[in-house]
Amino acid sequence: MKKPGAAYPPSPYSAPSRQAGIEFHTLSVLVDNESGVLARVVGMFSARSFNIESLTVAEVAHETHLSRITIVTSGTPDVIEQVRHQLERLVPVHSVTDLTLTTRAIERELAMVKVRGKGESRQEALQLAEAFRAKVIDATTESFIFEITGAPRKIDDFVDLMRPIGLVEVSRTGVAAISRGPAGI
Amino acid sequence: MSKQMTGAEMVVEALKDQGVECVFGYPGGAVLPIYDAIFGQNQVRHILVRHEQGAAHAAEGYARSTGKVGVLLVTSGPGATNAVTGLTDALLDSIPLICITGQVPTHLIGSDAFQECDTTGITRSCTKHNYLVRNVDDLPRILHEAFYVASHGRPGPVVIDIPKDVQFASGTYAFSRDIEHKTYRPQVKGDAERIKRAVDMMAKAKKPVFYTGGGIINSGPRASTLLRELVRMTGFPITSTLMGLGAFPASDRHWLGMLGMHGSFEANNAMHDCDLMICVGARFDDRITGRLDAFSPHSKKIHIDIDPSSMNKNVKVDLAILGDCAHVLDDMVRLWPAQAPQLDAQALEKWWQTIEHWRARRSFDFRNSSAVIKPQHAIKRLRALTRNHDTYVTTEVGQHQMWAAQHFDLDEPNRFMTSGGLGTMGYGLPAAIGVQLAHPQALVIDIAGEASILMNIQEMSTAVQHRAPVKIFILNNQYMGMVRQWQELLHGGRYSESYTDSLPDFVKLAEAYGGHGIRCSDPAKLDDAIREMIDTPKPVIFDCLVDQKENCFPMIPSGKAHNEMLLAALEDDAGIELGSVIDEKGKALV
Repeated sequence: MKKPGAAYPPSPYSAPSRQAGIEFHTLSVLVDNESGVLARVVGMFSARSFNIESLTVAEVAHETHLSRITIVTSGTPDVIEQVRHQLERLVPVHSVTDLTLTTRAIERELAMVKVRGKGESRQEALQLAEAFRAKVIDATTESFIFEITGAPRKIDDFVDLMRPIGLVEVSRTGVAAISRGPAGI
Repeated sequence: MSKQMTGAEMVVEALKDQGVECVFGYPGGAVLPIYDAIFGQNQVRHILVRHEQGAAHAAEGYARSTGKVGVLLVTSGPGATNAVTGLTDALLDSIPLICITGQVPTHLIGSDAFQECDTTGITRSCTKHNYLVRNVDDLPRILHEAFYVASHGRPGPVVIDIPKDVQFASGTYAFSRDIEHKTYRPQVKGDAERIKRAVDMMAKAKKPVFYTGGGIINSGPRASTLLRELVRMTGFPITSTLMGLGAFPASDRHWLGMLGMHGSFEANNAMHDCDLMICVGARFDDRITGRLDAFSPHSKKIHIDIDPSSMNKNVKVDLAILGDCAHVLDDMVRLWPAQAPQLDAQALEKWWQTIEHWRARRSFDFRNSSAVIKPQHAIKRLRALTRNHDTYVTTEVGQHQMWAAQHFDLDEPNRFMTSGGLGTMGYGLPAAIGVQLAHPQALVIDIAGEASILMNIQEMSTAVQHRAPVKIFILNNQYMGMVRQWQELLHGGRYSESYTDSLPDFVKLAEAYGGHGIRCSDPAKLDDAIREMIDTPKPVIFDCLVDQKENCFPMIPSGKAHNEMLLAALEDDAGIELGSVIDEKGKALV
């Protein structure tokens, strides 16, 4: 994996993460899927200078209108505790679970990766895709779109390998996470 | 019981069901249906303000002096944006407010319609919660839920944005007293095991101090009673933040005075040197802690608070007890007698001796004058002459606010209304009107500065119209005093824009509004002038011309610790350049 900041300017969200004592935590937040709830959550992060490394959200119970927000945040343990309490304080929030603290959570992300090239580079792209268990979901004579699922690091690696071959663009979902074992959040 | 009615009628019905007596507001296009519903009844009294910020502060004053929820009603667009300062103020000071805003009809939302603004978007970060009501069927539930959210847990402001078509639409109104919110259920009862541990720690303490705050007052009068009982039982010293003044009587010998940036020498030193700090309903704000890494370095800290996010936010504590102050104090008072025999009486005696030694410095003292009125003297006289009255005090923000906190001794909670967290100049007059309407027979005084008062002076009209005989006591030094003091300390005495030029003639101004004006600059005539103010049965502006050069001491300079206070005498006697006391890092702080 590339060193952060080597080739690209750091993202405003991940920049402070190079400080000492910084940890990455994945939080699962169950919220009422009402209008403005995402703005409430995201606004709290920016208002209090907390970091969002990744955020995904979707309704997980259609009858009760519950949405699950998965947030990867970074900070010292004190900051992460504050993040949790500040989230809990929001009225439409049902529960906040720090998956990094409770179990070794499973984290997955899906990406669609568009690559353009001809001749040898097409072959190389296909071989690498197979090694990464990426699926071809669209193909033309001069391009592929791959669908890849895995831990964020795996997707980073795949994208890095595609770059010299002819990477056009990447669309990533962000991290979804769930705890191991029989217990729910 | 359910009834068919319009959305606008539901609003008024819900206010009645919630026992709201008084609504502060200002009409406009998008709230006309609600104003029409108010017109046809006389159970809910509407107080017309002159600016929506005034409505919010008046509702705050009403709420803080009664313990009830304050309500304001404003129109869309500028009505809502004008209320934002007041909402933010209520959020920082944890004051329960309901702000009902009109909104353009739902089909026009997002079209940049006349007087449209994204009210829920704008107020999201300055409210505890907010609602945009898109369907009249949701309105009754939202109205009552809003009261629940505003007043339960750590109180705060809640906005209900109601589009005009929803106000006109008909629906079924129902009200049940026991609503249970599906997600918001704050914990009020403290964990028994932790409370027991806290009491154990208190019994072993050699140098304890109670550090209390606005949470005691928000918890209700019972919390104040229990706090007094606990202090009496333990014999421990007690200090309080600005927001908690009055919860413990200033006349009690255990009282150390306010702590913090302009707190007493004994309170701050006790905080610094204590071995056990019992924080009840306070939040370790930066005005309290001073330099964080030197904050009370040798103490164990117990923190009792209803808001889990307040715990370990600024200062790490050894024992956090989540719960409502009154509930936790009640448990402590019951557990204490069993622990009392273990007290180290000798150590506590020695601790009190140390405190009395600090107290002997008399850090709030000032050099009085017979030529010019000293602002501290004016407050002391005001206190002395109002002792036999049922007195409530509000303040604006600045030096006068700190002098009021230092010298206007309070013995009861809910009597001191001030903008602590946000520091809003212009808070005091509208807040005083809110207090006066809740307590029509009481003497309500807004201790003001000549700069602050001009920020919401238009509310004089409100006071006159609604026969709220508030007394505005201006300590007029012709400067934004606290700004000037900081420019003196930090910016080489370059008084950039802090002189308040072209002041109005406050006596004539009072008369122009239909109130009564008094001016006094002679210390010998001060008492008579104050008596005249008290005896005048209508709004009074008292222009008290005070020493222009007086600074507010003692003071913990920015970036310094509790035991590095500047006392007034330092400036006078040693001629020390105060700017040199604060280092570069401190200058960057506010």
